[in-house]
Amino acid sequence: MAVVTFVSHDGDTHQAPLEEGRSLMQVATENAVPGIDGDCGGEAACGTCHVVVDPAWAERVGSSEAGEEGMLAMNPEREPTSRLSCQMVLCEAWDGLTVRLPEFQM
Amino acid sequence: MVVGASHAGAQLAASLRQGGWKGEIVLVGDEGTLPYQRPPMSKAYLAGKNTLDQLAIRSAAFYAKQEITLLDDSVQAVDRTDGRVTLSRGGSLAYDELALCTGARVRRLAAPGADLCGVHYLRTAADVELIREAASPGRRAVIIGGGYIGLETAASLSGLGLQVSVLEATERVLGRVTAPEVSAFFDRIHREEAVDVRTKATVEELVGTDRVQGVVLAGGETVPADLVIIGIGVEPNTELAAAAGLQVDDGVVIDDHARTSDPAIVAAGDCTSHLMTRYGRRIRLESVSSATEQAKVAAATACGKSQRITALPWFWSDQYDVKLQIAGINTGYDEIVLNGDPAEGRDFTCYYLRRGELIAADCVNRPRDFMFSKQVIIRGGQVGRDELALQAVG
Repeated sequence: MAVVTFVSHDGDTHQAPLEEGRSLMQVATENAVPGIDGDCGGEAACGTCHVVVDPAWAERVGSSEAGEEGMLAMNPEREPTSRLSCQMVLCEAWDGLTVRLPEFQM
Repeated sequence: MVVGASHAGAQLAASLRQGGWKGEIVLVGDEGTLPYQRPPMSKAYLAGKNTLDQLAIRSAAFYAKQEITLLDDSVQAVDRTDGRVTLSRGGSLAYDELALCTGARVRRLAAPGADLCGVHYLRTAADVELIREAASPGRRAVIIGGGYIGLETAASLSGLGLQVSVLEATERVLGRVTAPEVSAFFDRIHREEAVDVRTKATVEELVGTDRVQGVVLAGGETVPADLVIIGIGVEPNTELAAAAGLQVDDGVVIDDHARTSDPAIVAAGDCTSHLMTRYGRRIRLESVSSATEQAKVAAATACGKSQRITALPWFWSDQYDVKLQIAGINTGYDEIVLNGDPAEGRDFTCYYLRRGELIAADCVNRPRDFMFSKQVIIRGGQVGRDELALQAVG
């Protein structure tokens, strides 16, 4: 089974089944992964599904788009590979994807 | 036992399990669907861009796995002495902890003809499905109410190819919630999208033989209509709480821990009224972000943990290619600072200040300004006017 891995700020790992066509945020909330809120439901309007993509995956996953970038730009926990997970639609090729979660969603 | 299965109820049930609640969890809702995202109702769902399945807050498998029972029913009465609720479909259920997430219902228009066929309200998925069936290209839709729901509905129906009119009773759209400059912006973009926006348009009656055919304004003009959608606000569902003897003041009164006046009962979402220290008064918020936060705090309280409702309120609206994000509540502002020009183009921010401190911001296609504003307001609002005016665009 294809999986994605979430690493919490404290270092705990949570794995969730990769569901092609759904967003990484949806997979996280569906599997009760702590640390991802997704309050706006996937509109890139709230910024509460921030993840930092493992640098090894950054190129395959791609970088943030304009609106998403605006939401991330002011975030103090922003890193070069930060994304909003609601804007990351999963495909099978991302089996094994690992993302880190920030200390706070804001 | 969680009464009401929309954003607050669904979040509360999920957070109870995440917070370590070991017992049974029953989520009672009467829409006959999985709890779904409500904001897209007037936007993407009305526009036919997604299905209700795609809008489910959590899937059926999630509730099964988390051992959350979804009960298709509603609650008629709460007996606090015995710790039982009476269900509408018969029978009663005992509870150890009760959470009221009863939400809000649409305010009805008190005008003759408002019950004609072809007259709709917009709150639930069922409402939207009826509107969509009637929304064929070329038909004339009249929207009563120039608030967020009315304007979002106008944008969605216009996108479906209908001829749309918006009737606003006051002198400007969004008059209750934004500065005149922001109202003028939304007025302009709707006109640019060929929507007929009429302000100071008071509805006298709706007329038609079998179906609605027009809306008669004070002054006598009749605006022809094939369908009418009324969006004049909501009223909180507080009757159940009031009948159970809980304190109600506009909404169900809750404290910082989401407890009602009975410490054994919590409440969350659009039905609640919360004394917000940030604003020094009771506020009943109608927003997903507030419902979600209150639900998380209520779940913590029910699990014997202590969390407080502290988040800054925020809201959003999508109309055409315009994404509006609102940080904070602007009530009591005495000054605005504009960054960008609301009279031209489609991106600007309107900052609201009170005694020189930032209290709120309406950000139009400016996500960066929105996040910046949230942070400044949370820190206490101290900011230089120059910094607002010069804040990098984005």
